[in-house]
Amino acid sequence: MAAEATAPAPRKSAGRRLADFFQGRPRLTVAALLAAPIGWLVIGYLGSLGVMLAASFWHLNELSGEVVQGFSLDNFDTIFSDEVYRTITFRTIGVAAAVTVTDAILAFPIAFYMAKLAKPRMQSMLVVAVLLPLWSSYLVKVGAWRLMLSEDGAINWALEPFGLHGPGYGTVAVWLVMSYIWLPYMIIPIYAGLERIPDSLLSASEDLGARPGRTFRKVIMPLTFPAIVAGSIFTFSLTLGDYITPANVGDKQFIGNVVYSNFVANLPLAAAITVIPIVVMVIYLLVSRRFGAFEHV
Amino acid sequence: MSYAHRYPARFAWLLVLALVGVLAVAGCGGSDDDSSSDEVTSIGKTEGALNLIAWAGYAEDGSTDKTVDWVTPFEKQTQCQVNTKTASTSDEMVKLMRTGQYDGVSASGDASVRLIEGGDVSPIDMSILSNYADINPSLKDQDYNSKDGMNYGMPHGWGANVLLYNKDAVKPAPDSWGSVFDPAMASKYSGKITAPDNPIYIADAAVYLEATQPDLGITDPYELDEDQFNAAVDLLKQQNKFIGEYWPDATKNISSYTNGDSVIGSSWQYQTSALQAAGENVDADLPKEGSTGWSDTWMLSSQADHPNCMLEWMNWMGSPKVQAQVAEWFGEAPANLGACDLTSDPKHCDTYHAKDEKYYDQIAFWKTPISDCGDDRGSECKTYDEWVQAWTEIKG
Repeated sequence: MAAEATAPAPRKSAGRRLADFFQGRPRLTVAALLAAPIGWLVIGYLGSLGVMLAASFWHLNELSGEVVQGFSLDNFDTIFSDEVYRTITFRTIGVAAAVTVTDAILAFPIAFYMAKLAKPRMQSMLVVAVLLPLWSSYLVKVGAWRLMLSEDGAINWALEPFGLHGPGYGTVAVWLVMSYIWLPYMIIPIYAGLERIPDSLLSASEDLGARPGRTFRKVIMPLTFPAIVAGSIFTFSLTLGDYITPANVGDKQFIGNVVYSNFVANLPLAAAITVIPIVVMVIYLLVSRRFGAFEHV
Repeated sequence: MSYAHRYPARFAWLLVLALVGVLAVAGCGGSDDDSSSDEVTSIGKTEGALNLIAWAGYAEDGSTDKTVDWVTPFEKQTQCQVNTKTASTSDEMVKLMRTGQYDGVSASGDASVRLIEGGDVSPIDMSILSNYADINPSLKDQDYNSKDGMNYGMPHGWGANVLLYNKDAVKPAPDSWGSVFDPAMASKYSGKITAPDNPIYIADAAVYLEATQPDLGITDPYELDEDQFNAAVDLLKQQNKFIGEYWPDATKNISSYTNGDSVIGSSWQYQTSALQAAGENVDADLPKEGSTGWSDTWMLSSQADHPNCMLEWMNWMGSPKVQAQVAEWFGEAPANLGACDLTSDPKHCDTYHAKDEKYYDQIAFWKTPISDCGDDRGSECKTYDEWVQAWTEIKG
């Protein structure tokens, strides 16, 4: 025993010593592991948000147009008292809601077919088909729609034999293009939600005498509703912040356009305007949570 | 148990709040204000590098088109390695200049006054630049490139905002801005009228009002007091009903005419020539009320790390040969009239009215609107950020 105790301990490697250090200190282990991601989240992500919120209280020097870093409520006063910002806010929220509803209606049948009816081979092909458009540049897609919607474009050409005329550039065009671009973000969550429903539940409903319509209303809908809400968060928030589509195929401004046109000339005002979609999204997320959208995303 | 454990959510929020507070305080720290107005009176040894902010097409190094290159010969001659940052709006240029990382900028009038007022650019004794003597005298000592008798740079070239129209759709040929502003005439082209998406376009409405409503007493479309400004904004709000699209850049403007989305509106000679070259049946003219226009100036940053390279660059850009190259490539009137004999198209200067003083005199060149009206009205005039806000309201 004594001989063993006096024998020189083998030299430990640095890694080994580090491992020993964390041994029996679970909290420290967790802290060390999470330091980098939490640091990024707090400093890089929330920090920039904080700077932006602080900037919304700054204002401009009249003569040189330089930013003066001091507290003032001028920007919020402008946003609340000027009718145009209200109009733009309601227009943006309206289109975001319309896009969300449109995408939900379009996505559900596709997702249902993918999850419940398609054979495995077909299923994977459809998943690829849905995701494929996301691999091409967003700008290219908007540019293509701009050409299609133009006066001499494909849509007017196709409608002409029926004596019809396309929507041209405007809010309707923005709604169309946004619905197209964000559709995959709705299909995938609904598809995931539907896949989670065991087929046996549907059979049970049928066995108990429910017609397909009733099965849909009483079994499928309640179970997939959180997934639809989860998808709607994507379509709604993405529409809310977008400025490229309205700039290319719209004729009126959206919140994003006002931020874009101000963020160089009048950064504080742009920061203050950005508070609008943040508030809207916080309300939206709180409501979504009520519907259980976060329970299994 | 600690507070953090008992109320994890509340604790997290407190943390965030504290952090935001710290950042806000940090962000409010002193702003540096080093507006040096010491005139530059000599060129020294070049520093080996040059960082520019320029409009697309102003500093071509052969990467867009192999034959279009006036940067490489400059680099060979001066040993200044040129890095160009292309900006797409005047606002962006001002923003970039204020980072202090650039030596110079090709500033349009709506940016240059802000830069001069903000102390972001240095005055220069222009006699040190040999090519300055040959610059068109009309472009020297203007509001947008000088202040208190000091000059702030080398004129680059200019262009007018013209009325571009599709000859098939618009008959007879329009000779007045009324065809896009007067509801009786504009309604004929409803949905197919276009205008640049730029707050400075408010000045175009002011130019029209100056001619049609003399009661308003507009003397300078960039120095508008409350009444004049409101009249211009109202006119533009009325016009908004007939606007099909506010064009954000020249390429989109061209495609709108090609695809039949626009048939009439304010545009540049560049788009006109490009459309005509592509076989479109369009033409452009300078309406009888006159028009607005842009005149650009190469300016030296007051925080430049390579001021001597920038001064060499200014002189280089003012030389007849480079003036001819850039004027033809970009589509503008050269500032150095010696360039007119060197352009590959001998009629270039005629097309762009470079030597036509009567034409030039009808143009109110862009400058940043500031509160000082420049006359006995005092500091009543609307500032540029008010123009920007009004522009948001006009577009709706």
